[in-house]
Amino acid sequence: MTAASDPQLDAEWIRRILAGEKQLFHDLIRPCERAIYFLLLSLLRSESEAEDAAQETAIKVYLNLKNFRGDSQFRTWVLSIARNEGLGRLRKAATRREESLDAGLDEMTGDYTPAILTSWREVPSEALAQKELGAILRKAIEGLPEIYRNVVLLRDIEEMDIRETAAALDINEGAVKVRLHRARAMLQRDLAPRLKGFAPKRKGLFGWGA
Amino acid sequence: MRIDCKHVWEHISGYIDGEVDEGLRAEIDRHLETCEICSAVLDSTRNVVVLVADDRVFELPAGFSERLHARLDEALELADPESM
Repeated sequence: MTAASDPQLDAEWIRRILAGEKQLFHDLIRPCERAIYFLLLSLLRSESEAEDAAQETAIKVYLNLKNFRGDSQFRTWVLSIARNEGLGRLRKAATRREESLDAGLDEMTGDYTPAILTSWREVPSEALAQKELGAILRKAIEGLPEIYRNVVLLRDIEEMDIRETAAALDINEGAVKVRLHRARAMLQRDLAPRLKGFAPKRKGLFGWGA
Repeated sequence: MRIDCKHVWEHISGYIDGEVDEGLRAEIDRHLETCEICSAVLDSTRNVVVLVADDRVFELPAGFSERLHARLDEALELADPESM
């Protein structure tokens, strides 16, 4: 979870870095590290490749710092550089999957039926202490088609807002909402039957609005 | 006209994010009061959103930050941002 940074502080630090306080760049980029890495991991699907690309991204951000105009959040700008780094590597490796190019997938709304299980409603966060649950969640997200995975990653995992997610992925806000909806629906359908085992034994305690 | 379950499912994500307009929200709320299935679908979807947001699910590789900043130090040493 990364808190959105303070634009005024960002601007002040950038000014100081450009004026010669280079070491301050470490602190400027630190709050963006997680999002950079996981966005790249989502694109590249290799931990070592994502780490290398994250380092390259940070260096590119530093070298291009004077080009940051402040018309978007700093993190959004950083993530669009990360995304370009990731896409560039995919293009180079010519392993870019068809699905990521196919914006038409958004239209594929189809009939969606969620997993209908009234026997569980909530798995408490404490259950994450069990490694198995984390692995199930990661696997479910990794199994999403790329265009959905990226949106979940920025919106739900890094908790960026819809506008910022749209800017970082260079898509419109409507597409973010559609993809997010599809992704959450896929996750619910995939996870609900498997998360049942992690739910507390008693039923009906977590009825929303009850 | 009362909305049906399918209609509710179509708006679950927006509902969770507070993105549906007031009228639709009221319709959905009314539906949820009497529909056990939809309220379970909503709860479980919301729970999935909460769980994946937990920092313990996605952790950076050990030493990631140290390696990143070590590499940055080299870059900072070599170049000034203004000169590029």
